Amino acid sequence: MSVRTRATTWSLGLSGLLLLVVVVSAGIGAVTIPPRTVAAILADAVPVPVGISLGGATVLPILGSVPTPTLEFVSPFAFSVPRPARIIVLSVRLPRILLAALVGFALATAGTVMQGFFRNPMADPSIVGVSSGAAVGAVATIVLSLSIPFGLEGAAFVSAVVTAFVVYLLASENGRTPVATLLLAGVAIQTFLGAVISFLLLQSGESLRQVVFWLMGHLAGATWSEVGMLTLVLPLPFVVLLVHARDLNVLLLGEEDAHALGIEVERTKQLLLATASVVTAAAVSVSGVIGFVGLVVPHMLRLLVGPDHRVLLPASALAGASFLVATDTVARSGGAEIPVGVVTAAVGAPFFLYLLRTREVRSP
Amino acid sequence: MSDSDSGPGPFSDADPAIRLDDVSLSLGGHSILDSVSVDVGEGTFVGLIGPNGAGKTTLLRTLNGALAPDEGSVRVVGEDVHALSSKAASRLVATVPQTTSVTFDFPVRDVVEMGRTPHRGRFEGWRERDDAAVESAMRRTSVESLSDRPVTEVSGGERQRVLIARALAQETPVLLLDEPTASLDINHQVRTLELVSDLVADGTTAVAAIHDLNLAAHYCDALVLLSGGRILSAGDPAAVLSEEHLREAFDAEAVVSRHPVTGSVYVTALPPSSDDANGRVHVVGGGGTGARALHLLSAAGYALSAGALNEGDTDAEAARRVGADLVTVPPYSPVDDAARAAVESRVEAADVTVVADVEVGDGNLANLEAAAEADRLVLVEERPFSERNYAGDDGFAVYERLRERGTIVEPSDLLSVVGELACDSFRERDDGADGTVDGGAGSGDADTGANDAESTHDDAGGDDTAADLFSD
Repeated sequence: MSVRTRATTWSLGLSGLLLLVVVVSAGIGAVTIPPRTVAAILADAVPVPVGISLGGATVLPILGSVPTPTLEFVSPFAFSVPRPARIIVLSVRLPRILLAALVGFALATAGTVMQGFFRNPMADPSIVGVSSGAAVGAVATIVLSLSIPFGLEGAAFVSAVVTAFVVYLLASENGRTPVATLLLAGVAIQTFLGAVISFLLLQSGESLRQVVFWLMGHLAGATWSEVGMLTLVLPLPFVVLLVHARDLNVLLLGEEDAHALGIEVERTKQLLLATASVVTAAAVSVSGVIGFVGLVVPHMLRLLVGPDHRVLLPASALAGASFLVATDTVARSGGAEIPVGVVTAAVGAPFFLYLLRTREVRSP
Repeated sequence: MSDSDSGPGPFSDADPAIRLDDVSLSLGGHSILDSVSVDVGEGTFVGLIGPNGAGKTTLLRTLNGALAPDEGSVRVVGEDVHALSSKAASRLVATVPQTTSVTFDFPVRDVVEMGRTPHRGRFEGWRERDDAAVESAMRRTSVESLSDRPVTEVSGGERQRVLIARALAQETPVLLLDEPTASLDINHQVRTLELVSDLVADGTTAVAAIHDLNLAAHYCDALVLLSGGRILSAGDPAAVLSEEHLREAFDAEAVVSRHPVTGSVYVTALPPSSDDANGRVHVVGGGGTGARALHLLSAAGYALSAGALNEGDTDAEAARRVGADLVTVPPYSPVDDAARAAVESRVEAADVTVVADVEVGDGNLANLEAAAEADRLVLVEERPFSERNYAGDDGFAVYERLRERGTIVEPSDLLSVVGELACDSFRERDDGADGTVDGGAGSGDADTGANDAESTHDDAGGDDTAADLFSD
C-alpha cells in the first residue's frame, strides 16, 4: 500500500472517529441528549454554500461603491429538534467540544514533530519552554491585572513564542543548533520560568484560584471566538509541517545523514521548531497547560501506523483531537468540573506506563 | 551508475572525480586538516588510512560538504561542493556513515527510499525512475529480502548493506564510506569491500576510511596515508605502506611483506619493545617447516632470528613478517661460508636455538652444523629424520650430535620448552652479571639436558663466560 493511500485511509478513519466522539460528547452532560438528536442538530447547523450572489455593496475609497460577492448558504436539512436541545448543543457544548478538538489536534501535531525533531520518543510539545512561557504570560496578566490587547490569550501566546525563540538563541552557536543543547537550554529556561511562576503565585492574593485553574489546563468557558481564533491560526502551520513530513523522516536518521541526503539541516530545524512552537503556543494560550496529549498520542499512533511522518502526522493530529474531546467530556461530566489537564494526566500516565512495560520504548 | 556529465571514460587530469586543493580546517581551535591536496581519478577506489585522530573522518565530512574548509577548495566532478546547496551536493556525493541512529523503526525499504531525497522536488510525487533506482540499489546490496523488516531489527552487517543501498539510490558519481568494515565480521568485511570494488569497476569513484591496512591494501587502487591532518604519503598501496611511513604515522613497528595467498602488500604490527624482553631465539627451518614456530615465538614476545634460508622460501617470508633478523642466501644456492658464519653468530647470540622439522640436504647441512654449537637446543620432530634426510651419512652424523645435545619436542610443546630454557638462560646471565656463584646448583636442576655438554666449546660471549663458571 502506498504511503498516500495509507495516509488517506488513516485520516478518513480517524476523522470518522472524531465525528463520532464529537456527537457522543455533545449528548453527554447535565441534560442527556440522544446521539440521533445531536446528529440532527449538527446536520442542520452545517451550512452548505450553494452559490455566490452580488448582493450588498461595499464603499471603497477609490472605486466607490462595489458589489460585494457573498456566499449563499442553505441548510439542506430541516430536522425537527426541540429548541432547548438545539441551544444546549450549539451554544453551550459545541464551542467547548470544538476547542478541545482543536487544542488536541494542535498538541498532538506539535508533539509528533518534537519527538521526531529530538529523535526521542519522550519529547513533548513544551520541551523548548513554550508552555512555561505561556504560563508566565498568562499568570502575569492575571496577577498584575494587566490590560493588553487580545487579553490573556494574547499575552500567553506572545510570551510562549518569545520563550521558544530565546531558548533557540541560547542553544545556537555559529549558525548551528545542536539538539542536545536545545533540550538542556529548554530545561534550564523551564526551571527558571517555574521560579517566576511560583513568585507570581505568592503575589496573586485574590486571583490565586483563577491562576491555579489556568495552570491546570482548562476548556471550561470556551467561546466561539476562541474556536474561531484557533481555526484561523492552525491550518497554515499544519500544512507547512505536513509538507515537511518527508524531511522530518530523513532527520530521524540523524543530522549528519540528513545532510548527506540533501536536507538543509539547520534551515529545516529552524522551520520545524518555529512552526511547532507556534502551534503549541496557540493551543496553550487558550487552554492552559494540558499535559500528556502531546506525549502519549503521537507515541500510541507511532505504534499503530509506524514512524513515517507522512502518515503519522495527520493520524496523530486527528487522534489527538478525539482524545482531548473524550477526556474533556469525562472532565465536565462528573459532579464537579475537573480541569481537563488532571484527566489527561490521570488517563495518560498509566497508559504511558503500560506502553513502557509492555512494548519496548526505544530511546537513543 | 554515473548520471553525471563526466560520463564513464578514462581518467583525465583536467577534471578528476575529486580534487582537494590545499584544504585546511580547524575545529574548536585545533587544526584537523593542514593543507591537504589530493586528486582522485574517476573510477578509482581510494583508501584513507591513518591513526586514530589523523583526520580521516573529517576529510570525508569535508568531501560531502558537511564541513566547510577554512582554506582551500573541494571540487567533485569539477563543482565546488561548498558552493552547492545541500541537495545539489547530495546528487554528486553519497555517504555511507559508520553508524546511523535508528531510533524509529522504519522498514528497510523506506530507509533506502530516503536515498532519493536529493532527486525529488518538495511537491513531486514518487516516479518510476525512483522505483528503479531503489530496486537496483537493493538488488546490488542483496537487501531485497529485508524490504519490510524494521531497520532496527536487522543485524549489523545487514544494516551496513542497507546504508550502502541508501547511498546507491542517490545515484551519485562519488561514494564516500566511513569505516565500512568496522564492527563487521570477516565475511561481511570482505563482502562489503567486494561490493565497493564492483561499483568502482562500473565507474563509481569511491573513497573509504579504512582501519584495516591489509584490507585497504588489498582492495584499494590507491591509498592516502593521513597523519596529524597532513598527507604523509599517497599513491600505490605498496609505496604508501612502507615500514618507514608506518613508523612515522602510527608510531608502531610493523613489518611489510607480501601476502602468500593474495599477493597484496601485507602489514604485521609488532608488539612494542620486543627486544630481548623474553630472550632471543634462533630458528633453523626451510620450506615452511619453521613458519609456525616463528609466528608462535613472535607472538610470545621473543626476539627472533632465522636462517639461513633461500630467498623466496616460505619461511623467509614468514620470518620477515614477524620481523626476524634473517640470514638469506640466493634462491637455489647452498649455505656458503659467509652465511654459515652469520648463522653461527645468531646462534651464539640466541638464548635458545630451535631446529624445525626441516628437510636436510647438502645445501643446508651447514645450518645444522651451526645449530649444533648452540647452548640450548630444541629439536621439533614430526617425522623421523630418515624421512627427511637427503644428505646421506653426513646428515645422520650431524643430526645425531643435535639429538645428543638438544631437547626433542612435539610441535605443541615448543613454546613451553623454549620458555623454560630461556628462563634458564636468563637466570645464568643475571647470576653471571652479579658475580654470585650460589645460584649455580639451582640452575642445574632445571636443565632439560641441553647444557650438560656446555663446557666443550665456545668461550667467546659473555653468556658463555657465565655459563662456564658453573660447568666446573
